[in-house]
Amino acid sequence: MKLGLAIRELHRSERKLALDLTSLASRHKTDHEIHHTASDLAVWSQDHVRELAQVGHAYGLDLKDEPRTEARTGPMQEKLSELLGRRPEPALILLMDLRHLHRVAAGVSLDWELLAQGAQATRDPVLMTMTTRCHPQTLRQLRWANAMLKVLAPQVLTT
Amino acid sequence: MSFSRDRIAEPWGTRTPYGPGRSWPQRVDQYLADGLDPGSVDRWVQSASILHSNGDALDIAVKDNEIVGVRGRGVDRVNRGRLGPKDLFGWQANASPDRLTRPLIRQNGELVETDWDTAMDRIVTRSRELLDEQGPSAIGFYTSGQLFLEEYYTLGVIAHGAIGTNHVDGNTRLCTATAAEALKESFGCDGQPGSYTDVDHADVIALFGHNVAETQTVLWARILDRLAGPNPPAIVCVDPRPTPVADHAAVHLAPLPGTNVALMNGLLHEIVANDWVDREWIDRHTVGFEELRTQLAPYTPEKVAVTCDVPADDLREAGRLLGTTDRLLSTVLQGFYQSHQATAAAVQVNNLHLIRGMLGKPGCGVLQMNGQPTAQNTRECGADGDLAGFRNWANDAHIAELAKLWNVETDKIPHYGPPTHAMQMFRYAEQGSLKMLWVSATNPAVSMPELARIRSILSQDRLFLVVQDIFRTETTELADVVLPAAAWGEKTGTFTNADRTVHLSDKAVDPPGQARPDLDIFLDYARRMDFRDKDGDPLPSWHDAASAFEAWKQCSAGRPCDYTGLSYDRLRGESGIQWPCTTEHPDGTERLYTDGRFFSTPDYCESYGKDLVTGAPLEPTEYRALNPDGRAIIKAAEYMRPHEEPGEDHPFALITGRTLYHFHTRTKTGRVPQLNAAAPQVWVEISPQDALQQGIMDGDVLAISSPRGILHAQARITGIRPGVLFIPFHYGYWDSNPTAAADHDRAANELTVTDWDPASKQPIFKTAAAAVTRVRAGDGPAPAPTATAAAPVGPGIAPTAGGSAAAVTETRPPIGEDDR
Repeated sequence: MKLGLAIRELHRSERKLALDLTSLASRHKTDHEIHHTASDLAVWSQDHVRELAQVGHAYGLDLKDEPRTEARTGPMQEKLSELLGRRPEPALILLMDLRHLHRVAAGVSLDWELLAQGAQATRDPVLMTMTTRCHPQTLRQLRWANAMLKVLAPQVLTT
Repeated sequence: MSFSRDRIAEPWGTRTPYGPGRSWPQRVDQYLADGLDPGSVDRWVQSASILHSNGDALDIAVKDNEIVGVRGRGVDRVNRGRLGPKDLFGWQANASPDRLTRPLIRQNGELVETDWDTAMDRIVTRSRELLDEQGPSAIGFYTSGQLFLEEYYTLGVIAHGAIGTNHVDGNTRLCTATAAEALKESFGCDGQPGSYTDVDHADVIALFGHNVAETQTVLWARILDRLAGPNPPAIVCVDPRPTPVADHAAVHLAPLPGTNVALMNGLLHEIVANDWVDREWIDRHTVGFEELRTQLAPYTPEKVAVTCDVPADDLREAGRLLGTTDRLLSTVLQGFYQSHQATAAAVQVNNLHLIRGMLGKPGCGVLQMNGQPTAQNTRECGADGDLAGFRNWANDAHIAELAKLWNVETDKIPHYGPPTHAMQMFRYAEQGSLKMLWVSATNPAVSMPELARIRSILSQDRLFLVVQDIFRTETTELADVVLPAAAWGEKTGTFTNADRTVHLSDKAVDPPGQARPDLDIFLDYARRMDFRDKDGDPLPSWHDAASAFEAWKQCSAGRPCDYTGLSYDRLRGESGIQWPCTTEHPDGTERLYTDGRFFSTPDYCESYGKDLVTGAPLEPTEYRALNPDGRAIIKAAEYMRPHEEPGEDHPFALITGRTLYHFHTRTKTGRVPQLNAAAPQVWVEISPQDALQQGIMDGDVLAISSPRGILHAQARITGIRPGVLFIPFHYGYWDSNPTAAADHDRAANELTVTDWDPASKQPIFKTAAAAVTRVRAGDGPAPAPTATAAAPVGPGIAPTAGGSAAAVTETRPPIGEDDR
């Protein structure tokens, strides 16, 4: 049974997504919508990580409930973001960061697809309910990264 | 029958009670300058009120080519003759000796007087440089909710069609963006479903974050008259402050700031759990109910009571009133729009009506209110981050329609993303990629959040700032070019109130000095820039207000805001008419959605909607998959915690707001003796419990601080809920002359947070954390009015009064004569 592997991989990738979202929030503190929304969306991934850790017990896994999802350099990144608040360069870095986030979120989304398929095949009701609840939130994270890229890119790329 | 009333002391005037289903009796309010006899007025010129969104029709009295007073229009459907204190006295500001009468330009750091050619040449030269160097993305326009329809449409065409910039927004972003967004989310398009006449029929009136007694005094007078008549409606009030509305409420819910979505979900939960829903109507006219039901499951009254800190029994009682009435009118304003999760909360009010099937019938309406007099026009004309005629930026066919109307190439009109909202424009200016900002009729240096940041953005050398206004303001002082504009009463145009009523406002007198109508200024810029359409003809093609209105009618044709049945001639002499007004509906349309068909069809809708938490726009395919085709969209939302909550260092929740006697940043009302005297200085409201704990007496000077700044204000101890502070946002610095940074200690927005609702992009003014320190005893009571939400709880404070200077004549027609 490889379901445990899928849960472990998703736990890892959701944690990475949470970490990327909190880092994004710190790195772009002066882009207020990015800062606040990324912080809100990180909470979803933190919730997913916790739920995966709990469900993992049934598959013999010992995953951390609340692993570190805040970048160690967060406070420094926030300070740097404020210092660079007037500079044009962070706008381009923001596009790169959103692009990166989109790819990570897409990976998490695929991992949820895999887990959902496995859950259906094994008819595990707990797993099925969890994937139905969590995967749509991943898709919303993904669409947000995409939408912000589309909104911000024209100004950054024409100046 | 005529009475004289002190309308500063009695803002709502004398009661004219009426019962359900009757028409609201007339009462004509009139105020003329000192001792002037109405018979000596040379002429009366038709207009409507400009200092709030209610759209009260009035006539301007003119004598010797000066405005000498106003009189309500008894025939008008909106106010039936009544006027509020700001309308009755506010016109006096027009004649202030310190009006801007000549253009100013910055020379060696100082603003100096100049002529129009020099000022406009400077703007045109800079515009051309920027278009050559960077292109349209270097230029942005930040307009208002106080200009006229013709001016917004012209500005929108210049920006979107002639320059091709995506950066156009209004200060409506601060007041009414959430109203528009909530309507788009639920019904596919902007457009007020209800009508003020729903007050005449409603059995329950629910006001969500809407202190109507102070923001729309005449609408409140209508409600008070129902309350004084037979079979009065029950009032449900959601507001953390002890407003006059709360005083009359059957149930008053005072939730913790930032918890509106939890509260609304709690109320909806109660209604669904008791099966007070109209299943047949839901099935026929909506999509999304099952998702709402799932989402609501955890929001039991007990749980919501804890989140919002309101009694569970009050929630149940409110749920019962909302859930069991046959005629429900709901209104929503800044308590929701300027708070955390703004759109999500306002949408739940729409959902309340959708699940109860209460739309499009007398007494069954939603009023997603506006704050400013012409905010509706900013929205419909495409000057506020939308496209003209409620067209959808993501629908190529809509863009092609605009290109045809304006005779420009389709790709000239930016539609690669939603039009840039104001907060993002200021961010682009902060980063230096937006290099020219043209501000018209608004004062961001006082009205925007986190003022230290706004001042630093606007005072950058690399930003070319043009400001067009009727007075010097905190914002003009940072400008490179200042243009003197004509005020209301000095120019002709139309504007539309919060219930879609269109009024004509005719020119009564000439503007002072060289001041010019905003429309003329925009058109002058277009001619000097030599903007041309595809055929080489001038763009915009019109030359005055009347021709601009005709062009707008064509643009509105076939859209929800259809003006084709209106004309200046029609509006002149008659009174307000509600859009849509067409040949099929020549008298306008009282209520939208009477047949349960909505503007949500994918090819027709203004917006495909957004994710209420992330703000990400839905793709056309996602929207089509909802299958809304003419049906309303029920959108559920989860409660999320506010971004800044009270804590150890800043233990209070700070909310900002308005008072009855002032408008916006007080540039007009602060120059009106009666209004200024009623509320001359900033104050802070605090609860008796908190005051006691901190040893604060009424009138004490307090220092209020947030992570962004500090200000000083005298304390008014009121029935506001414990843990919450309220500061009116009107007070800036134009009449306090700050000389150092430390003197910026009066404007509420020194303290507010830069954060906005992801869906509507409306800044959040009602969820910030603050601390309070008592500085010293005051020299007297707080300079706060007493007949409003700022009413003191303690004794010994003299009531606010205007005396003989505020004496207004109220005239009732003989009994029976106006009782249609």
